[in-house]
Amino acid sequence: MAAFGLLVVVVTACLLAPVYAHHIAHENPFTSNLNGTIRLGNKTVNVLQANTQGLGLGVTPIGPTWHFSTYFLGADSQGRDVFARLLYGGRTSLFIGFISAVICCVIASVLGLASGYFGGAVDWLISRIFDIVWAFPIYLLAISLSVVLLTSGLNIAFIHIQAGSLVLPILIIAAVFVPYVGRPIRGLVMSLKEREFIQAAIGAGASDFHILRKEILPNVMPSIIVFFPLMVAFNMLTESALSFLSIGVQPPAASWGTIINDGLDLLYTRPWVAMAPGIMIVITAGALNVLGDGFRDAFDPKAKLRGSI
Amino acid sequence: MMAKQLVQKAFVTFGALALMSSMLIAMGPVTPAGAAFTYQAKHAGGTVHLLASTAGGTLDPQVNYTLQYWQLYQATYDGLVSFEKVSGQSSFNVVPDLAVAMPTVTNAGKTYTFKLRTGIKFSNGKAVTVKDVLASFQRIFKVSNPNAGTWYNDIVGGPACVTTPATCTLKGGVVVNTSTNSVVVNLIKSDSEFLDQLAVPFGSILPASTPGKDQGDVPIPGTGAYTFSKYNVNTGLTMKRNPYFKVWSAAAQPKGYPDTIEETFGETVESEVTSVENNQANWIFDPLPTDRLQQISTKYASQLHVNPLTADWYVPMNVNLAPFNNVKARQALNYAINKNDVVNLYGGTKLGQPTCTILPPGFPGYKSFCAYNSTSSSTYKGPDLAKAKALVKASGTAGDKVGIVVTNDPVNLAVGQYIQSVLNSIGYKATVKPLSANIQFTYIQNTKNKVQISVSQWYQDYPAASDFLNVLLSCSNFHPASDNSINISGYCNKTISAKMQAAEALELTNPAQANTMWGAIDQQIMTTDAPWVPLFNPKLTDFVSKGTGNYQFSKQFYMYVDQLWVK
Repeated sequence: MAAFGLLVVVVTACLLAPVYAHHIAHENPFTSNLNGTIRLGNKTVNVLQANTQGLGLGVTPIGPTWHFSTYFLGADSQGRDVFARLLYGGRTSLFIGFISAVICCVIASVLGLASGYFGGAVDWLISRIFDIVWAFPIYLLAISLSVVLLTSGLNIAFIHIQAGSLVLPILIIAAVFVPYVGRPIRGLVMSLKEREFIQAAIGAGASDFHILRKEILPNVMPSIIVFFPLMVAFNMLTESALSFLSIGVQPPAASWGTIINDGLDLLYTRPWVAMAPGIMIVITAGALNVLGDGFRDAFDPKAKLRGSI
Repeated sequence: MMAKQLVQKAFVTFGALALMSSMLIAMGPVTPAGAAFTYQAKHAGGTVHLLASTAGGTLDPQVNYTLQYWQLYQATYDGLVSFEKVSGQSSFNVVPDLAVAMPTVTNAGKTYTFKLRTGIKFSNGKAVTVKDVLASFQRIFKVSNPNAGTWYNDIVGGPACVTTPATCTLKGGVVVNTSTNSVVVNLIKSDSEFLDQLAVPFGSILPASTPGKDQGDVPIPGTGAYTFSKYNVNTGLTMKRNPYFKVWSAAAQPKGYPDTIEETFGETVESEVTSVENNQANWIFDPLPTDRLQQISTKYASQLHVNPLTADWYVPMNVNLAPFNNVKARQALNYAINKNDVVNLYGGTKLGQPTCTILPPGFPGYKSFCAYNSTSSSTYKGPDLAKAKALVKASGTAGDKVGIVVTNDPVNLAVGQYIQSVLNSIGYKATVKPLSANIQFTYIQNTKNKVQISVSQWYQDYPAASDFLNVLLSCSNFHPASDNSINISGYCNKTISAKMQAAEALELTNPAQANTMWGAIDQQIMTTDAPWVPLFNPKLTDFVSKGTGNYQFSKQFYMYVDQLWVK
């Protein structure tokens, strides 16, 4: 329950990003503000501050003001409000994590059900597809797909997705994780298929579609529900990794991964730029992980295995 | 020369200069700027340890076109002439090197007669002869030197060599006489920059036995004070003293101090900085991380050297692709970009100077003017967003998609993101396309890639206005569908190209008037066609360790690595 509460707080805060940016901080977190100034107490302070000591080289973005109304976590190298970007970045990371988890679970469920129930050639074909995808290290596959698709976009038949679209990382992340959900579901379906109530339904002349929808899917659904928050966490981490490598979410859009990337070159002087999204990722992924465990405990209190991210 | 790595710049206050000077004096006598180096034997010996994050590619001096190795070639190779090895403005002077004296120029500037010095040996022990000189000229074409078709094809026989490099003889172009030790170079037309072009590493004299193909990581014997003894692109290189070297002209090739010079590859720049701070290395080639500048310039001020460069950071716009095939769109971006902001991304006003011209300040032909400004002034004052938006509207290009191709290092990426923000603010839909530095420079040159706009840099090859204007913006240097089309904008104004040729021709007889012409050409290009947004002129930071003395800086090839003291 605590994990769920924490997650609700994070999601709510991220959803309120526009409110914070436009009505409290009064900053556009997507445009450069290299010559901007802010009011701190009675002083006007530059967002980018020139070094005045020694030889006077270097310009450093303002650090955390710890004033909620202005540059709470300081600025990045473009002079943008890090806290506002953190909230917007959370929206993007969670959105990609959630949607790609939905797509992943839906596709994996369909394929797992078909593979496990029909067996034979269908099972062979789907299993080989899973094997092929599984043969590649997951990040290597995601990076390869991202590099190709992010430069040219996706153009297959009537599908045209522009390079830089959020849809691309969503599809890429969803695709690479399908075998990770699909295989356990296939195994579960194969096990269920041998159970008496399924054999009874087959003997009673029920159609395959009916059996899958009415008999098998309800028994598989708890596993899918357990998988779902874990996949959201996995997908969010993958998105962050890809964005950190500049092959996920593209600037000026923000995600927690892109903000960490922005902060990489400010680690020495402004560590909060990279640390803040890192902390958010840890909190959110941890909460989703615990939530997934909670779901499993609720559906199967006798389970011995405990998953983790 | 495009030297992307050279991203840092700086400016030194009088106080800082005084501090640096006093510290340097404390570390040992410093040769005054412009004076030939006086050798001080007590400082000889030891190993200079340099750091670079990556190797600079092939070690072949007639192929490599990077500052990283051109800097090292100063101590390892010689041409018939070379740039004077001094500090200050005189380092732009061309002086006789393997030639006894400056050449006799006859035939209306088309014939150069050199006399080769005797008694000089390559690092493999073989004597340098005029046959080596002829072979080296031929080899420029045989190895497909990057500038064979633009610089050296003025030599008689050069065009044929460009067409069929393998059979290059330069018959009638380079004539040598073994009995008189003379070398006669005949040009198709007079060229005021020919000696400059011979003085860069491409003009190095190499043994005639050197194969006529890029030698890659195999060191080629040279005549300099040092010779490359080891080279591994993954780990590093080593330079040892040339056992056959004797000083024949300190102005051309002075004796170096360290016994060994090592350059190690593979560390991150952050780690390199820490190594120099801890006195574990003497110098780093890479630009200092902007995040460390404040610390270094405060805590290690006496070890930091800042020098202005004759270089440009600029935004080439493709004049043959929408929206920048519309001059109003190009002018709009010139008005919109706040160059002071870009300088801040680079490290601040003490590391870069906003510019409106193609020629850098202090360069031959430079004339201060600013066509796109917030107020009427010859120096840059600021952007005019209202004018920019009006021009975009008038151009009918509002709403167009624009892709900005930048290299993926932090500073270039930040500049790209800033330009994206500016383009979005004046009505375009911009995206940033970061590419690895290894491929971005050639990618943006090739018209097949349909690059609309990019961020690039240009560092002078030698001090001549044509090295910027003619090389970067003339019709002759626009080669569609080629990776080697340095006129990145694809700009070709035949009237202006003709004026460039006239200015080049005038340099031989009336340099002052030629420079006036170059200044006017610069102004005309920016005012009427605006194919670029000139951003700023960078300054270079050299960070040396505490135990490193005798820092000497050439405006042509930057810090002399062989003059450093470690004893």
